[in-house]
Amino acid sequence: MSIAHSGLQHHVDEPLQTGVPLEFSTEDGATKILGFWLFMVTDVLLFACLFATYVVLYKHIGAGASAAKLFGDDVSGFTAETFILLTSSFTCGLATYEMRHGSHSRLKLWIVITMLLGLSFIGLEVYEFSTFVSHGDTMSTSAFLSAFFTLVGTHGAHVSLGIIWMGLILYQISRRGVNPVTARKLFIVSLYWHFLDVVWVFIFTVVYLTGVM
Amino acid sequence: MSTVPAKAPAPETHQGGFPWSHVAGYLLSLVLTIGAFALVFHAKLSFHETLFVILFLAVLQILVQLLFFMHVTERHGPSYHMMMFGLAMFFVFVIVGASIWIMSFGSMVS
Repeated sequence: MSIAHSGLQHHVDEPLQTGVPLEFSTEDGATKILGFWLFMVTDVLLFACLFATYVVLYKHIGAGASAAKLFGDDVSGFTAETFILLTSSFTCGLATYEMRHGSHSRLKLWIVITMLLGLSFIGLEVYEFSTFVSHGDTMSTSAFLSAFFTLVGTHGAHVSLGIIWMGLILYQISRRGVNPVTARKLFIVSLYWHFLDVVWVFIFTVVYLTGVM
Repeated sequence: MSTVPAKAPAPETHQGGFPWSHVAGYLLSLVLTIGAFALVFHAKLSFHETLFVILFLAVLQILVQLLFFMHVTERHGPSYHMMMFGLAMFFVFVIVGASIWIMSFGSMVS
């Protein structure tokens, strides 16, 4: 692709490949989706480091609360967070499904529902964190709590970014409709969202369930 | 990538239909989560047995997300994204597995 074509409208010049979903129909779209898989590999690296740190440090509680006490007192919070995020992954998948099957009003509805579920997840997490801090369990209390807040907080920051990102793409789809560029953008943000769900399943398993065992 | 002929499955471009595979994926993810929860709170397994099983359930969750929601089986040319996924899993194994091994080595021998 020449530099002259690298403006906002460059996809128009490319031949459309037929028989594949819209987001894969241009070389530009397919390459960017592949590039996003590469990004997810590097993000897996980030989370792997944080998980390794957590697993190594989670028994080093010093004078602070243990994982069993911190998470075992009230399991409803993280249980609700888990089911909310699983459901949002499903509704996000439905948005991609509707994008491919031509119902663009339902596509927008599923994106809005996904964003609302994401917001309620973040709300619960903020409430959980503030409850811990108000009980004196802060990030600087112990190595366990440093690792916990860093790991879970990094995931929460990813989800927050995902909600903003999804809102911007919803705006673009409202303005420009579904074309190879917006379809590719929605497909990529949905990959990101499912990826965050996978990371949460491991936080749920390794941090919370292992903590209360 | 454009030089490779598309090996797409039946293109999903038609109206109507019900997203059965998405519903199936969602139900599977719920079953796996409830299973892990029930195992921790109701089953009488040892710590290590429980840990092993719930980690296995979490790995199944990855597969559900990949297969039902992330469209990994759709092929538009070589499956580079699956090679990347394999690379990611290798990184996880090395970083997490080796960290646990190294950091617990001193306590295991003493």
